Amino acid sequence: MESLVTVAPIIEAHRLQPGALLPILHEIQDALGFIPPEAVPQIARELNLSRAEIHGVISYYAHFRLTPPGRHVVRVCCAEACQAVGAQALAEHARTRLAGSEFTLEPVYCLGLCACGPSLQIDETTLHAQVTPQKFDELIAALEAAA
Amino acid sequence: MKVETMTTESAGGSASTLPLARGAGKSIARTTIFVPGDAAALALGADAVVAAIAAEAARQGISLRLVRNGTRGMVWLEPLVEVATAQGRIAYGPVAAADVPGLFAAGFMTGGAHPKCLGPTDEIPWLARQQRLACRRIGVVDPRSLADYVARGGGEGLRRARAMAPAAIVDAVTGSGLRGRGGAAFPAGIKWRTVLAAPAAQKYIVCNADEGDSGTFSDRMLMEGDPYCLLEGMAIAGLAVGASQGYIYVRSEYPHAVAALDAALEDAGDFLGDFKLEVRKGAGSYVCGEETALLESLEGRRGIVRAKPPLPAISGLFGRPTVINNVITFASVPDILAQGAAAYRDLGCGRSRGTLPFQLAGNIKYGGLVEVPFGLSLRELLYDFGGGSRSGRPLRAVQVGGPLGAYLPAAQFDTLLDYEAFATIGAGLGHGGIVAFDDSVDLAQQARYAMKFCAIESCGKCTPCRIGSTRGVEVIDRIRAGDTRQIELLQELCETMTQGSLCAMGSMTPIPVISALRHFPEDFGDKRT
Repeated sequence: MESLVTVAPIIEAHRLQPGALLPILHEIQDALGFIPPEAVPQIARELNLSRAEIHGVISYYAHFRLTPPGRHVVRVCCAEACQAVGAQALAEHARTRLAGSEFTLEPVYCLGLCACGPSLQIDETTLHAQVTPQKFDELIAALEAAA
Repeated sequence: MKVETMTTESAGGSASTLPLARGAGKSIARTTIFVPGDAAALALGADAVVAAIAAEAARQGISLRLVRNGTRGMVWLEPLVEVATAQGRIAYGPVAAADVPGLFAAGFMTGGAHPKCLGPTDEIPWLARQQRLACRRIGVVDPRSLADYVARGGGEGLRRARAMAPAAIVDAVTGSGLRGRGGAAFPAGIKWRTVLAAPAAQKYIVCNADEGDSGTFSDRMLMEGDPYCLLEGMAIAGLAVGASQGYIYVRSEYPHAVAALDAALEDAGDFLGDFKLEVRKGAGSYVCGEETALLESLEGRRGIVRAKPPLPAISGLFGRPTVINNVITFASVPDILAQGAAAYRDLGCGRSRGTLPFQLAGNIKYGGLVEVPFGLSLRELLYDFGGGSRSGRPLRAVQVGGPLGAYLPAAQFDTLLDYEAFATIGAGLGHGGIVAFDDSVDLAQQARYAMKFCAIESCGKCTPCRIGSTRGVEVIDRIRAGDTRQIELLQELCETMTQGSLCAMGSMTPIPVISALRHFPEDFGDKRT
């Protein structure tokens, strides 16, 4: 279990921290891209919690995932400020464009880019504002070309 | 995540030297260029501008000093490049990477004329007409430099607080009239006094930086652009109530803010004294902006709302007395201590004292952050600052205060921006977010979204919120399909949610729905009015 080799030191580093679970889950997901289900019993054991409690937390928060994401994660803002400038049309377009692709498309409810929408985030690192369907296609094409 | 593309860090700040021409850089005074590292500026291409400036400077053998500042909040002008000249800082914007060679050719390093030149930054009317307090340093200061923060008046509030008795600090905050800026507008001093009076060996200071309301970004701007101000405000709160540990709970959608706070804490040295601070990341749950859900999340559990009482001030984080305030609330405190409570209290109107950083968002021409004293009218904000819609069509509706805020029609644009005036019309200022919509908006669709959002984000603890929101979507769908008899049912459902929900998520979701129905009945096919 290669993933458990990554997970063990992360748990160890945070185990005694008050409210350690979210920091542990974040660090595992940052390292592996997702939280491997086989890590759940291990976290439960180390934090003296039940597996159900760990699973409950992972499944409660939209940010955490138990399966690997696509090659890139594209989050399109679907909240009101972006709706006011065409986010719905952009989200529809993104769905069509990315159907069957290697990318993961997710809605996000506000990136704090509300005066320059519609906005999106790629892989939690890159932000784009005033995204038109045409600009969206260019961004995706560039990511595909960078394979 | 790295927001800087090509800079090498110098001691004590992010200022960097680009590229050192042979023999230069020691005796020659280098020009300082500011290109925001703020998330909005990055989303609009600031890194490409930095790369272009670096490349052009290298080509010409020019040595310059680059600072990644926060944003001045004039989002339509981002990326806004500033140059420090003998006449002060001169602004250029919005700058695209392709503009950069032209800027060099025009002599922008000495404030030279160029079509993108906006003159002295501080004299841009949109900025000059504001009265910034909490946000006064954002975009001005180097967020990575504690020394720069101190040089611009930072640290004075904390220095004074250290010489004061805890009760005197609380009195200053109470006397300023400062109310919680997260949305509930509860007097900060009263909250602090409760925690001060609560006997406990361990107390906590928690910053609610889960800025989930669409249309709001002032917390993000402050954390990215002036992080030490937040740190100082929290340390003062620690002194005031006797808490030695603080947490900043930042939403995971704000990775740049998390990075800015982590970097600031790393370089804080002994600035905070014995006060310990830790940044914690949320995980994509809107309801974690509700204070008790936030505390649950901090403790490592699902973000399920707690029943109140007990108040967090009595039994909060890990069951200890806890001050939990919003970013802007804490960021307002250093100046209140440094300048005195009266200076703050003298601004504003009625029971709304001081200033509020409003955020103009959505379909608006000149969007961004407008910090002004309470008492302006919504219309002044929308038109005098905002310039009307971005699309050029008439503004039809404005949602104030986030997803739980009312949709207001043009007939209510003359309402004054203060907590009480908004309460009178069944609305609220919330966290100061203002989302503008032009006449292409369908308010029945927006009402449906309000219910849908509640269904997605409800923590599930109480039935009116968990089930009511889903029923709300269904009822609105039937209304939109032509069954207007269901409008009465929707009103009753909203009444149940308002009265029966445990927290603001369920009890305030009806506000956008009912306001849309009341002010825009035609969108629901309602011919009764």
